[in-house]
Amino acid sequence: MIELQWVNKVFNQDQPNECRALREVNLRLERGGIIVFKGPSGSGKTTLLTLIGCLARPTSGRITLDGRLLSNLPERFLTQARRHTFGFVFQQFNLIRGLTVLDNVLLPAYPLGRSYRDLHQAAQQVLEKFGLLAKATNKVEWLSGGEAQRVALARALINDPAIVIADEPTANLDSTLSREVLALLGELATQGRTVLISSHDPLVFESARVNRLIELRDGQIVGDSCFSKDA
Amino acid sequence: MPVFIEQQKYLIDYTLAALFRRKTRNLGLLLVYTLLVFLFASVLLLSQGLRREAAVLLQDAPEVIVQRLVAGRHDLLPAAWLDTLRQIRGVGEARGRLWGYYYDAAVKANYTVMAAPERKLADDRILIGAALARVRQLGIGDGFSLRAASGPPVLFKVAGVLEFSSELLSADLLLLSETSFRTLFQLPPALYTDAVLAVRNPREAAMIAQKTALALPSSRPILRSEILRTYDTVFDWREGITFLCLGSLLLAFLILAWDKAAGLSAEEKREIGILKAIGWETGDILRMKLWEGLLLSLSAFLAGYLLAWWQLFHGGAKLFSPLLKGWAVLYPDFQLTPTVDITQILILLAVTVLPYIVATLIPSWRAAIADPDAAMRG
Repeated sequence: MIELQWVNKVFNQDQPNECRALREVNLRLERGGIIVFKGPSGSGKTTLLTLIGCLARPTSGRITLDGRLLSNLPERFLTQARRHTFGFVFQQFNLIRGLTVLDNVLLPAYPLGRSYRDLHQAAQQVLEKFGLLAKATNKVEWLSGGEAQRVALARALINDPAIVIADEPTANLDSTLSREVLALLGELATQGRTVLISSHDPLVFESARVNRLIELRDGQIVGDSCFSKDA
Repeated sequence: MPVFIEQQKYLIDYTLAALFRRKTRNLGLLLVYTLLVFLFASVLLLSQGLRREAAVLLQDAPEVIVQRLVAGRHDLLPAAWLDTLRQIRGVGEARGRLWGYYYDAAVKANYTVMAAPERKLADDRILIGAALARVRQLGIGDGFSLRAASGPPVLFKVAGVLEFSSELLSADLLLLSETSFRTLFQLPPALYTDAVLAVRNPREAAMIAQKTALALPSSRPILRSEILRTYDTVFDWREGITFLCLGSLLLAFLILAWDKAAGLSAEEKREIGILKAIGWETGDILRMKLWEGLLLSLSAFLAGYLLAWWQLFHGGAKLFSPLLKGWAVLYPDFQLTPTVDITQILILLAVTVLPYIVATLIPSWRAAIADPDAAMRG
């Protein structure tokens, strides 16, 4: 379970361009299913996901994962959490240009020092699952938006994380590709993973696969709806 | 341990890919870097080689040379001094030498002319250094005339060219009989240029020099070790001048390296942020950057050093020899003996590789300690 208590995030604190991205957020997220954070641009969705995923620290407040306090962990332990618990899919994909699809997918596993054979086998499986095996040796800049999104998803899964975080996963895709990506995320949830999505795309937050919809505005939670897990 | 090795293999794999992605930039840097190492290594290897060559040759030089000073200037030495020198305890033999310089206006060069009684040359025969033979296009049996101090030319026949291994010091040498020397320079029979002493116990050379100075107050004894030291100083001085010139080049390179390595582009910063976001530690990033610095700088070092080695020991050392061998018309042509000096290699590594690695690591460390989110935003 992920729990946030009185979480605030302020960028450029005490400077003329200070920005209060999150205000007094209290939230409890159960494991499993798809949880969508909905809200307009600047509502704090991405910031909230980066705090949950240990990509940044809150300015104040506490974040715990299964009772373990994450918000004041040293950098080394935060990395462990990022490496083993979370898998990220960024809005702009954030793939490393100049590298092949396979290399990008392998990257999160490099610091673990897994054997070459195991690692490549795992990468082949995940690429096959997302229909990318034929593109494994292609450079990522040659891919279409949908393909790049699937590569980002494959990369997020290479270390087999329990929680997948997807920031605006359909923002750069047309409706067909959006449905495709949504289906893949749904499949991950079916496997028992927790999928956290930020989106202001109705195609996402109106999807029947969504188990919980949390609405943000101006850095605060303004709505929280739960749906049946069987939906 | 296997995990650590696997990790390093993956990091090197990624580093190589990263280097190839910025091909033009890294290739340019590699070329400039290689050139710098090549220049520094050339100077170091050449000056060290010359010093060693001179030391080897001077091993056979006399332990003590005695000169006569008049009003602080070198003057001719009377033959009677030789008897005085022979009476000094510890002196095995005292022999007078005849040598001087001869300016040849035809090639605008100075020859070192020396009487060589041990060669038993006929009065009309000479032996010449290889550089002299090259410049004057002389071979065995050719005639060669020198103008005597009294005016008329004296004709000699070349009896031989001095052997190759001694060319560093004998390039401009011209050997002839004592009689011919005295005739050529109008030198009276009871005078010598200087005297050389053979010492029974080489460890007593300094003591014998002291005794000589006491027995002959206007003499100046010169020890072999002093000659070696002078050669060392001359080469050190020349090396210093060359390094001074290269210093500006090194500075330019350091600025370039700092600019290229230290100034992380927005794309590189973002890449570090991505790597951290997907589970890389700050340590992993630093190790990757360390590999990057090491791969680039060691490749440049290896290429530059080997290139310098090749041009020096196989390519005739054309680039720096005028600076380090001296400015002359008669350049010695000789082959240096290749040797590996670990200290020298370490010094060269320290001045070329270390600064680059530091310049690579510091900005990467700065980018890597930021939160991944902040690093990705640039």
